Amino acid sequence: MVRLVKSLEPSPGFPEGDPIALLQERFPDAISPADKGNHTGVIVESDRLPEVALYIRDQLGYQYLSSVTGVDYLDDGYFEVVYHAYRLSGGGPLTFKARTPREDPVLPSLVAVWPGADFQEREIWDLYGVRFTGHPNLKRILLWEGFAGHPMRKDWKEPYYEEEHKPFKSRWPQGHFAMAEERTPWGRNVQYPPDFTPEGWTPEGDAALYEGLLELETGHGNGKGLRTDRVVVNMGPQHPSTHGVFRMVVTLNGETIVDLEPVMGYLHRNHEKIGERNTWLGNMPFTDRLDYICSMHNNFGYAVAVEKLMGVEVPERAEYIRVIMAELTRIVNHFIAIGFLFNDLGAFFTPALYGLEERELILDLFEMASGSRMMCNYFRFGGVARDLPEEFLPLARELVENRLPRVIDEFETYLTGNEIFLARSVGVGVLPKEMAIAYSTAGPVLRASGVAYDVRKAEPYGIYDRFDFEIPIGTNGDIFDRYKVRIEEMRQSLHILKQALDQIPDGPIQAGKKAYQVRVPAGDAYGRVENPKGELGFYLVSTGGPNPYRYHIRAPSFINLTSLGEMSKGHKVADIVAILGSIDIVLGEVDR
Amino acid sequence: MYGSGILKGLGVTLKHFVETYIEDIRYLGKRYTPETLPQRQGPKERGIFTVQYPFEKLPVPENFRYIPFLVYDDETGKERCTSCGICAKVCPPQCIWIVRTKDPKTGRPRPEPAEFYIDASICMSCGYCAEFCPFDAIKMDHDYELSAYHRDELVFDLKKLLKPASYHAQIHPTDWKREEEARAAKAAKKAAARKARKG
Repeated sequence: MVRLVKSLEPSPGFPEGDPIALLQERFPDAISPADKGNHTGVIVESDRLPEVALYIRDQLGYQYLSSVTGVDYLDDGYFEVVYHAYRLSGGGPLTFKARTPREDPVLPSLVAVWPGADFQEREIWDLYGVRFTGHPNLKRILLWEGFAGHPMRKDWKEPYYEEEHKPFKSRWPQGHFAMAEERTPWGRNVQYPPDFTPEGWTPEGDAALYEGLLELETGHGNGKGLRTDRVVVNMGPQHPSTHGVFRMVVTLNGETIVDLEPVMGYLHRNHEKIGERNTWLGNMPFTDRLDYICSMHNNFGYAVAVEKLMGVEVPERAEYIRVIMAELTRIVNHFIAIGFLFNDLGAFFTPALYGLEERELILDLFEMASGSRMMCNYFRFGGVARDLPEEFLPLARELVENRLPRVIDEFETYLTGNEIFLARSVGVGVLPKEMAIAYSTAGPVLRASGVAYDVRKAEPYGIYDRFDFEIPIGTNGDIFDRYKVRIEEMRQSLHILKQALDQIPDGPIQAGKKAYQVRVPAGDAYGRVENPKGELGFYLVSTGGPNPYRYHIRAPSFINLTSLGEMSKGHKVADIVAILGSIDIVLGEVDR
Repeated sequence: MYGSGILKGLGVTLKHFVETYIEDIRYLGKRYTPETLPQRQGPKERGIFTVQYPFEKLPVPENFRYIPFLVYDDETGKERCTSCGICAKVCPPQCIWIVRTKDPKTGRPRPEPAEFYIDASICMSCGYCAEFCPFDAIKMDHDYELSAYHRDELVFDLKKLLKPASYHAQIHPTDWKREEEARAAKAAKKAAARKARKG
């Protein structure tokens, strides 16, 4: 069941006042303020980290760990791991950082405090080579065993390495074209560790993975002494239910799932390294390619984060345009999420195509405004790329006022009461409230578990504090609640859209003059938005140069997958297909 | 009643099915003609809306952007590009290569490109080159059918990239109008300044 709430739940009992002062008071010898210019947060002594983290979670009430990421400070000779924790009653982050020398990088793992750190710490190990002691399953997550080195380190170079930063000097004024593969003498774009031959390689990692899963074997299947074997099944990487290339290694007892481990990275392109090579503005079209269904919202997140660093004011009209685009994106995403959830349940493509029809109409609007249907690249720092064409607003009004409400109601008549759907979804894939918070899930998955948390309310960005809307929250945290939360969110989006379309003023759409080289002051910033799939965060470090020093994405689909194993245990194989569908992942964002 | 939810749902599919035929009647047999295309893709359309691509093609809006082209003036045949290199610098995937012309006598650069390449297989159609070009020399195209048999064919050189200004005016009427107005205003300002200097 789903109910609507006006605001976040207050969490009383936690101390008021500056959390950093409280931390310093409690741990005077373990906490020091950030010493780099304009950087936020505090630095925690690495050996005291678990203790401090527990205090932050239990005593200060920062229960929700949003993001964990690493930064390589090559010149200073250390790695920094940055944690962002939030209170569920809203407000800004508590940022704390831990440092470890580059020679032998080791930090204590926080998986015991926040299970949601699991995949993120593995990602840091994979990309930076920081070992987390006490992590239950520390192995590569996005790359494979035959990968040489840790690519996000600043001294690592890719095979077609040209220069540290774009723009490349070879392009102008003497820019003769050459195919990339002609530039490397051996003509292929891979490099291996020194003692590695791909021909002689056997996937040991997989053997270890299967062994680890089979260890759970207790042996006596029917309880009468009949010995049964566990079976390990690979769902994917090419499996239609995974919506891309994603693999679930499932251990089965009969048809019941005993354990599940997601394996990912098949679509990995090291988006973050590309982002550090790019100019600030050059990253904008790349964010489109993360979650390719919600490109407008990805633009929004990146723009919010960079504007935090730049400190620019966005003009009124641009703010309204942004909200209109963002909420239309949410409707597009939820239509697809619901449509494809039904695909996974066996209602083959009829609901999905009904959703896609509405999406076509919204994409027409995007194309009209930005020039592209999916890769919109519409936001700029301090505004949007171009003003809305004349025919945009009437068409948007027609859609928002007449067509979409009717279609959403029709969707509900069509699907919500369906007995087959109810049988497959109610009580399946349950994620209890406490677990949803601990696993750092976000978006509809978190809200379906009964946590009223929405970044638009918790830490309003843009002009979201002006709109009247409610947060739909579920009670059981099962597939049905996630479906229902999405339906209600579409209605709330329509409600916001109506207000925005009525209030949109005339005026400029860009603060200042449009420039292709933006000046971003030195410092770090974490900007987050409520993406349709969950909280999308961008952690940026600037040194004042033309490129980001660090460009990290807190991808909601990636982190929501942390809880997939927990959700699936005890269900049947056919159910995990639906559970995965209800999380709503996009592999472009999971693998980045 | 058990099963009523399914029946209700099937009712929606049936409605969708029937509406498609009712729409057909509304168009009086003219549903699948190019004139009705914008209407058929509009928010008032009911039932199924399918476009029989490649036999019929949806008109693209003016802002639509695909691989860039270079603009040359119809009368003089001279390209507007001055090879200033802003497009090559702003291009996120770095797919623009420009060779600047050098004056054979003095060896100093001349404001026109000697060679200009865009690797269309790398171009992500973001539109930055057109957005930040100070001379309105590079614009985004509307032609989206670019398939080729070999990757080399997708490296566009000057010959392939140059298109007349009239083509730009035809596909971007509002942009063209705004640019012409801006250019006229600039010319008038210049003339006024010259006059003031003289007088």
